[in-house]
Amino acid sequence: MLEKTYDYDVAVIGAGPAGLAAAIAARKQGAGRVIIIERDRVPGGILNQCIHAGFGLSYFKEELTGPEYAGRFIEQAKEESVELLLDSMVLNIEEEGTIVCSNPKRGMIAIHAGAVVLAMGCRERTRFNIRIPGSRPAGVYTAGAAQRLINRQNEMVGKRIVILGSGDIGMIMARRMTLEGAKVEAVVEIMDYLAGLTRNKVQCLDDFGIPLLLGHTVTRIIGERRVEGVYIAKVDESRRPDLSTEQFIVCDTLLLSVGLMPENELTRSAGIQMSEVTNGPRVNQYMQTSRANIFACGNVVHVNDLADNVSAESELAGRNAARYALGKFCPKSREISCIAGSNIRYVCPQLLSVNDIDNGNSAEEGGEKARLYLRVMKPGAQTVITACCNGQVVAKKNVRRVSPGEMEHIDIQIKALRGTGVKEIKIEAEEGE
Amino acid sequence: MDYKSDIVIIGAGAVGVAIAREFAKYKKKVMVVDKRDDVGGDASKSNSSIICSGFDCPPNTLESRLCLASRAMIDKVVEELDIPFKACGAIMPAFTQEQMNLLPQIYKEAYENQVYDVEYISAKQILEMEPEVNPDVLGGLYIPRDAVIDPFLFVVAEAENAAVNGVEFLLDAEVTDIHVIDGRVRSVETSKGMIETCYVINAAGLFCDEIARMVGEGGDFTVKPRKGQFYILDKNTPCKTSRIIYPIPTPETRGKLLLQTIHGNMLLGPTAEDLEDKDDHSVTAKELEEVEKDCKRLVPNIRVQDTITQYCGLRPNRIPAGFHIGFGEKTEGYFGISGVRSTGISTSLGIAKYVVHLFGEAGISLERNYDFIPIRRGIERFSEANDKRRAKLIRENPLYGRVICRCETVTEAEIVEAIRRPVGAKTVDAVKRRVRAGTGRCQGGFCAPKVIEILARELGIPVTRIRKNLIGSDMLSGMLRKEKEVL
Amino acid sequence: MLRQEIICTVCPMGCRIQVSGQGKEVHEVKGYSCLRGEKYARKEFCCPVRTLTTTVKTDSLEEPLLAVRTAQPIPKSKLFECMDIIREKQFKVPIKLHQVLLADLAGTGIDLIACSEREGGNPYDI
Repeated sequence: MLEKTYDYDVAVIGAGPAGLAAAIAARKQGAGRVIIIERDRVPGGILNQCIHAGFGLSYFKEELTGPEYAGRFIEQAKEESVELLLDSMVLNIEEEGTIVCSNPKRGMIAIHAGAVVLAMGCRERTRFNIRIPGSRPAGVYTAGAAQRLINRQNEMVGKRIVILGSGDIGMIMARRMTLEGAKVEAVVEIMDYLAGLTRNKVQCLDDFGIPLLLGHTVTRIIGERRVEGVYIAKVDESRRPDLSTEQFIVCDTLLLSVGLMPENELTRSAGIQMSEVTNGPRVNQYMQTSRANIFACGNVVHVNDLADNVSAESELAGRNAARYALGKFCPKSREISCIAGSNIRYVCPQLLSVNDIDNGNSAEEGGEKARLYLRVMKPGAQTVITACCNGQVVAKKNVRRVSPGEMEHIDIQIKALRGTGVKEIKIEAEEGE
Repeated sequence: MDYKSDIVIIGAGAVGVAIAREFAKYKKKVMVVDKRDDVGGDASKSNSSIICSGFDCPPNTLESRLCLASRAMIDKVVEELDIPFKACGAIMPAFTQEQMNLLPQIYKEAYENQVYDVEYISAKQILEMEPEVNPDVLGGLYIPRDAVIDPFLFVVAEAENAAVNGVEFLLDAEVTDIHVIDGRVRSVETSKGMIETCYVINAAGLFCDEIARMVGEGGDFTVKPRKGQFYILDKNTPCKTSRIIYPIPTPETRGKLLLQTIHGNMLLGPTAEDLEDKDDHSVTAKELEEVEKDCKRLVPNIRVQDTITQYCGLRPNRIPAGFHIGFGEKTEGYFGISGVRSTGISTSLGIAKYVVHLFGEAGISLERNYDFIPIRRGIERFSEANDKRRAKLIRENPLYGRVICRCETVTEAEIVEAIRRPVGAKTVDAVKRRVRAGTGRCQGGFCAPKVIEILARELGIPVTRIRKNLIGSDMLSGMLRKEKEVL
Repeated sequence: MLRQEIICTVCPMGCRIQVSGQGKEVHEVKGYSCLRGEKYARKEFCCPVRTLTTTVKTDSLEEPLLAVRTAQPIPKSKLFECMDIIREKQFKVPIKLHQVLLADLAGTGIDLIACSEREGGNPYDI
């Protein structure tokens, strides 16, 4: 036990776009003392190394770089007197909800909060997670680690680069490295389609003549001490490499942009129920986890494409966390499971918490309308997204195109579900009108 | 001459370092040289981490004798040197009648190896002890004193303690020649200078044949690499065993096992591939698939998709096989060790005693150094301390308050200590092996950028010179923006 | 006569727009779904522009780099020339948000501005 515990209404873990937005929203909702615990020396989270533009298009109606976008929230957090505990690592969340963290100057700190918001973001899949054969030389980096080295630490990772993965982070690093004088030999993508935004293909690859090799993967890393090159090969329909098509690309660096995974060590050790599909905590439309006083938002819940969406979702979490801490959050009587139907990879939130009697509070909690975020399994053109309960369509949406790399959403009117006894709502996406 | 030493040990793997520490108990000036950036060798740092009881050594061999002797000594040594170690025990289950029929021979050999506490156990007992073992098990053997150790800290702790007791280590130093004049060793030439010496102990493992040939002693054997590939799984993987699970061995190979490492990760492997290239440390898809297949026969629910890393080690396979430890035939002052292939860490303590014994028998004067300090305390782990202890650690050393490796909860204080200790870390991998920063699920994705900077700061060298391990494994290609005149 | 296929980046639709013309004169634009796309395609054909985002070196020890951007998009053809200029510079903290660091970058008439503020002060002590 630690000698002193500090009391807060809301404690947020992580000062990235999710945590900042949640903390600000909590203060605006009326939470008196709000603190964000952040492991870096500065707030802003991953945005501090995302020096490219493309943020804020929907949230601010402006095009901003990552640091500028973070700066808006940091400024607001200051104005709202959100407290910031920097250079501090949360070590565990105790059973009764106390957060224990460490800091070089202040030692071990215990923080007791009425509500906690998890906003720890995510980490990157490694070459070992996808089992790339070959040696283990220096020069194999995940794209985010390389981005940190280059954009925060002023350290260049290599001169001749191959990038595995055509997600946005991979393409953005292709441009970044090229502008800094490196030669990007190719971006290699295992699927037959681009993982990230077309805009990035144009501005990061086409602009610089960097070849995009769809339907290929890295089959071997060569080099005992430092990367000397990689073998790539075509893949078949089951995404298995056809080794007869192997070709060698000389390079000294392999950057991996092969997926993000929510960072949920704390969540798991706090005994919170997890979703196997998203690898994040199961949440309801209030961003509340299976532990009533713990909320979650941002990439820690599910990997997002746009920081703008994260900010919106996080406001919901912060607002509800504040309401909970202030004793204004009413328990709900029924849980409806959100099921991923055909062509849907996952739906988030996974649960809708419904009061069969409208007590007048739910509008404030943002409960009258629930936004279900979803990802499709396969890309497609004109598509209808439907939400059904017991065979009845309760919501429908037409979109011009869908892609697994672009999160979609459908809004559900909660009052349509009240008093129906419905246990499940199924979301499906079908090509057509 | 750049250096002078009574004894030069070539090779800083488990064997070379154990010998060095043993000689430090005598008044002999010892220098250990290795071409690698760190102690720990090659096979000694990429193995299954097993300290075996000796039950399955070839009976009535030097190997089995030294294995037994090592096992008897290691409990005290891990205590003296604060090395993570656990006698978790092992089970060898049989799933078919043919396999059951092979057990008596294994049991007999265990007895011949003087490992008397191997026992037959029933299928019911096996499943009670290890519920994850394939339920088709018919019966098996229980080997209570097979153990797991932290193989990196084993060698690092011995090296550190040897250094504290006067042994010198010359790393990044490749032996290029051994000068023999009038039939006796006079000096060892390395890439970092010349060492004047009368005695050379060849503990160079995979390259011991090449070293032996430098003095004309390697004519009757060669060493080829026998690769072993491994999976390590995430600590959170749901299917785990508490004990080592051995397959029934075949004449060719011990087979692929599963175990829980001393730090709580499941380990699967190794393969046994006889190859030519001593520099090939690649992992291969086909062989790793075999590991998965074979291990699933023993433990069907093992989740290989929870892998966080794959690696391989190269066993030094002497041809012809067998432990050969002794002075050279032609060259005075040359002492060779070869044939240590699969049981390096398990026999290293016994080998060290044996080598010193042979030196004594050869009439070389060995005066005891009674000032030898046998105790070494490990770097205190923040991850293992409770909140109260953590608070105290931070008060005394604020760098304990900054977690650098998130996955394994390793703090800056531990990393700095790992660098500053005798035979300290100079590379990213050396830090990793000492304090586990980078061994977690993100495999250094979060901490490596920070470890690079901490190394540069502590070693007082530019960050662009920091390596992953060997010479040429630079982590960075340069600075992005150079220091300029200010605007 | 030059024919170019331009992938529009204004919205995620990514319409493939065919532009034909000569030099800076556009003759025909086909394949767009909205007027924003038509405008974008014309510009891309004649004089493509890009926002340059990069970092500059500061004299701060704890955060040596500062994210910067061109205040407006600049001609795509000038990107590397701008990088060559930026690489040679170092700036003193403190720096204000959107402070002009380099005016009229490479003669484009567009300024290079700071994307965040930097305080002056002591280097990080532990």
